[in-house]
This record gives sequence, structure tokens and C-alpha cells, in this order.
Amino acid sequence: MINASLKQLSAQLAQKKISSVELTQFHLDRIARLNPGLNAFVTVDAARSLAQARAADARIAAGKAQPLTGIPVAHKDIFCAKGWLTTCGSKMLANFVSPYDAHVVERLNAAGAVILGKTNMDEFAMGSSSETSFWGPVRNPWDQTRVPGGSSGGSAAAVAARMAPAAIGTDTGGSIRQPAALSGICGLKPTYGVVSRYGMIAFASSLDQGGPMAKSAEDLALMLNIMAGFDARDSTSLERPAEDYARVLEAPPRGDRAKPLRGLRIGAPKEYFGAGLGSDVGAAVEAALAQFEKLGAQRVAVNLPNAALSVPAYYVIAPAEASSNLSRFDGVRYGYRATDYADLADMYRKSRAQGFGAEVKRRILIGTYVLSHGYYDAYYLKAQKIRRLIAQDFVQAYEQCDLIMGPTSPNVAFTLGAKASDPVEMYLNDIYTVAANLAGLPAMSIPCGFGEGGMPVGLQLAGNYFTEARMLQAAHRYQLATDWHLRQPAGVE
Amino acid sequence: MSLSLPEVKRVALLARIEITAGEAEAVQGQLNNIFKLIEQMQSVDTRGITPMAHAQDVAQRLREDRITETDQHALYQSIAPQVENGLYLVPKVIE
Repeated sequence: MINASLKQLSAQLAQKKISSVELTQFHLDRIARLNPGLNAFVTVDAARSLAQARAADARIAAGKAQPLTGIPVAHKDIFCAKGWLTTCGSKMLANFVSPYDAHVVERLNAAGAVILGKTNMDEFAMGSSSETSFWGPVRNPWDQTRVPGGSSGGSAAAVAARMAPAAIGTDTGGSIRQPAALSGICGLKPTYGVVSRYGMIAFASSLDQGGPMAKSAEDLALMLNIMAGFDARDSTSLERPAEDYARVLEAPPRGDRAKPLRGLRIGAPKEYFGAGLGSDVGAAVEAALAQFEKLGAQRVAVNLPNAALSVPAYYVIAPAEASSNLSRFDGVRYGYRATDYADLADMYRKSRAQGFGAEVKRRILIGTYVLSHGYYDAYYLKAQKIRRLIAQDFVQAYEQCDLIMGPTSPNVAFTLGAKASDPVEMYLNDIYTVAANLAGLPAMSIPCGFGEGGMPVGLQLAGNYFTEARMLQAAHRYQLATDWHLRQPAGVE
Repeated sequence: MSLSLPEVKRVALLARIEITAGEAEAVQGQLNNIFKLIEQMQSVDTRGITPMAHAQDVAQRLREDRITETDQHALYQSIAPQVENGLYLVPKVIE
């Protein structure tokens, strides 16, 4: 059961071999057993989840099931869900019960999926280790002395420990892909604008994108089919015809059946294989590329000359947008308010000083500074110009290849606390992931082996705009030929 | 470049975040390390490059001018720190 795919679970539900109530209870029991050690979930509401499961069972009985009806899904605590505590990992929102549903939540509910609980995360999604949460750090199911990655570390750990069949996360600079890599699962950040940001608590609006996290590429495709879609309430939501992201997963190979990926050109940018990449991660990624070649793909040389500038540009643009977005937390309409203050300005200052954690405050300060009078051109505008150069690098690269592959993260999961005192070292974890956010391109991570300490290694697959189906097909073909994605941590049986 | 202590305090004031003298000193070093990373941008010649604000070139959508929302103030105010007679309460602003 714990390794069943979403397709298999749906089939069992349709054939009445199991009910959604049983499936939901099964996962709630696993959460009760495993979560005290992992801290992946911050809110579980069994009564609410089971009520949704009963409704799903009635729907299945009435013959009105859709894909995912009755499947429990873990929600990152950044998604507003009506009636659910939605804290974004912050003291600022520790008592915030959302009065409305995010678009993604609406869509999952409408499909009949069950909200299994809310998952832990870095405060306001600012972090790469899930250690900055007000609710304490998440632990990696493969080794509880290590971090699961972040910011969607709770969702990643929930799927890795098989506490949830699938989860949803958000990715502003790698927050789906990096924890997926470090926790040995799959995660996809779609093209910017494919998934509505409505009800997803904003961090950096021009970079934020929601996406699925699951055990396989096939599961990701089924999840994205529900999550994607136009929403007028997000001004950057794209009006595109509905797309079946699973449509080419099993596309019959042309010619040689042993080479189903013949014709696929894979670019492996040399900038992603240079200094800073752990030799263990490099070896696993090289082996994965060799496997793709065995499946018929062709490896081509591409360059991303401005890759090294993506982290500096990101750490101007993301904090700038965050400082603006987080100005809404002022202790007036919702969220934390300090108890003692002299006047209105003092109430703002004290509420924000006490409600936000250290990393969030650092980023607000950086953002405020780079947007302040006299520095705007030197930092913010400069970063936006470099953003253009980075996006142009990809335009050129995709003239020579269909997908870009490389490591998701330079190293396997690190020990709790190892990078917590040095923000810059933490930021450099995002070196291979932030460029896709700056350019708005789709990118995903899948497990491709193990490195130091027996920890999982993630392979990043990135594509051109709107090529999610092609990326998922390549990943699925790889997963049909390998079993890295089926490995599970010891102790979670 | 590096931020001086008065600059750190000024930025905190602009950001409406109270900061003690001790915190300002601690955060000054961290911010300056981050700005050392950010400074790498200055090595690139970006003359003539159009700034990119957004990943997609989308225009603002227009919609018909009609009421689409219903009154939910009671629901929304149920989660506010302090409310009276349907109004959000804040400290006195005008004496």
C-alpha cells in the first residue's frame, strides 16, 4: 500500500477494494506514528479529513469519481484552506484560520481529493532546510540528524516517509525541487503562470509557483492535471487550453523499443558540473545521464554563461518582492499583534519584530534596502537586467537541446544546524535551482541514486516554457528503467 | 560597499521592524556578508539590457464593471486582533 502509485490507489478505490475513509485513516495512523520524530505535519485534523473521505466514498459509490477522488494529499502550510489553521511556518500567523480556499485547494477539493493535513515549512518559505519554522525543524526520514531540504521540507518528508501518497508545495527559488532531491522524492515546479497563486501566501510574486510532490513522474502528472488551470483572481494566471500532462507518458517509441527516448536532446551545461558540486552527487548525476543515453537520448553541450549570477540576482529580487508582500502583516486585520505598544507606529514595529523570525526579518531588511532611494538602480534594476541575461541564456540553450539536466543541489542533505548560522552558505544551496524561477521555466527533480551517508541524490530536469508533459515523459521513461524512485527510507515500513 | 550601523537602523525603521542595538550589530555583519554575494552582479556589463520584471509578458486583464464579491466582513473580521462595531481597532492616530 505505501508504495502504491496514485493510479493504483485510484483503481483500488474504483473497484471498492478499499474506501477513501480506510485509505485516509491508514495515512493518519502513519502520521500519528512517524510524525513525532519527523515534525513534517504541523496541523492534522482527522475529523475534517475523514469527513472529506466519506464524501469521496459517496461520490465513488455514485459513479461520479474523477482522477484523485478519495486520495489523501498533504498541503504545505502556505496554501490557505478554509477552516484550517494556515500558519506559513510563522508566529505571525500562528492563529490564522483561513476564511477562504486557495485556487489549488479549491481544485483539489472539487476533484474529491482529501486534505490530509498541513505540512511544516521554512517561515514564509524563506529557507532551504525547513529549520526556520516557528514550529521547529523538520527531520529527514532517511537520517533524522539531517534536514529534509526546504522550504517545502514537510511535504517532502511526508511523501518520503509514506505518510502521504502525494503532497503540494511551492517553489520560489527551488523550494519544491531541492527538498524533493534531499528527501528522495519527485517534485515539479511548473512554468510560471500555469498554477494560480491565489490563496498561496505570497513570498516573491514574480517567482512563486505551486506544484506537486510525489513518488513518481506519473503521480506528478496526475496531480498537475488537477492543480493547473486559469484563475482570474491571479493576474498572472495564464489563459491556456487545459492540458493532460500524462498524455505522452507512455507514448510508443518510434522504432527501437529499447530506445524510447530516441530523438531527445539533453543539454548538460558545464556550469552545473564545475567547482562546488559534490563528487558523490556528480557521480550519481553522470550515471543518470548515461542511463538517459541508453534509453536513446543524445547528450549535447550547452552553455549557461550567466549561471553564477543567478543566486546574487535572486537574493535581490526575491527579498525586494518579499519586503513589499510582507508589509501586509501589520497586526491590524489578521495575524499577530504585540500586547504592549505606545502608538500605531510602535504597534507595527513591535508586532513585526515579535511576529517574524530572524531569516524573514533579514530578507525584509535586504529588500527594503535595495528598493530604497539611491540604491534602486544599483541593485534592483541591475538584478532585473541580469535576470534578462539569464533568461536569454536559456532561450539560446533550448535552440540546441530539448531538456537541460544536471544536479538539483550541489550536496546531499546536510546536518541540522550545519548551515543555520551562515545565511550565505544556505543561499548557495539554491545555485542550480533559482535560474528556472528567474526565467519562469518549468523544472523538476527526481531521485537518481545515493551519495554520502546513503542519502538520496536528485537529478534536475528543466525544459522550455510549457514542456512539462515532455519533461514528465522523459522522467517516466527513466523511472520505468530504474528503481531509485521506489527506494524508501529504513524504519518507515 | 557595506552598511553602517546607522544605515541598518534606518532600514529597520523603514521596514517597521523594531530592532535593538545588539540586534542591529549582529544583523549588520550578516547583511554585509549577503551584500558581498550580491556585489558579484556589478562585474557584469548590463548596458543596453532591458530589465526583466516578470517571466511572462502578460497585460493586465480587464473585466466587466459589476459586483462579484459578497459582503463577508463578519467572517474576515472574526480573525482580526481587535474589532469593534465592524471596525478594526488601532491605537489613536489623531489627538
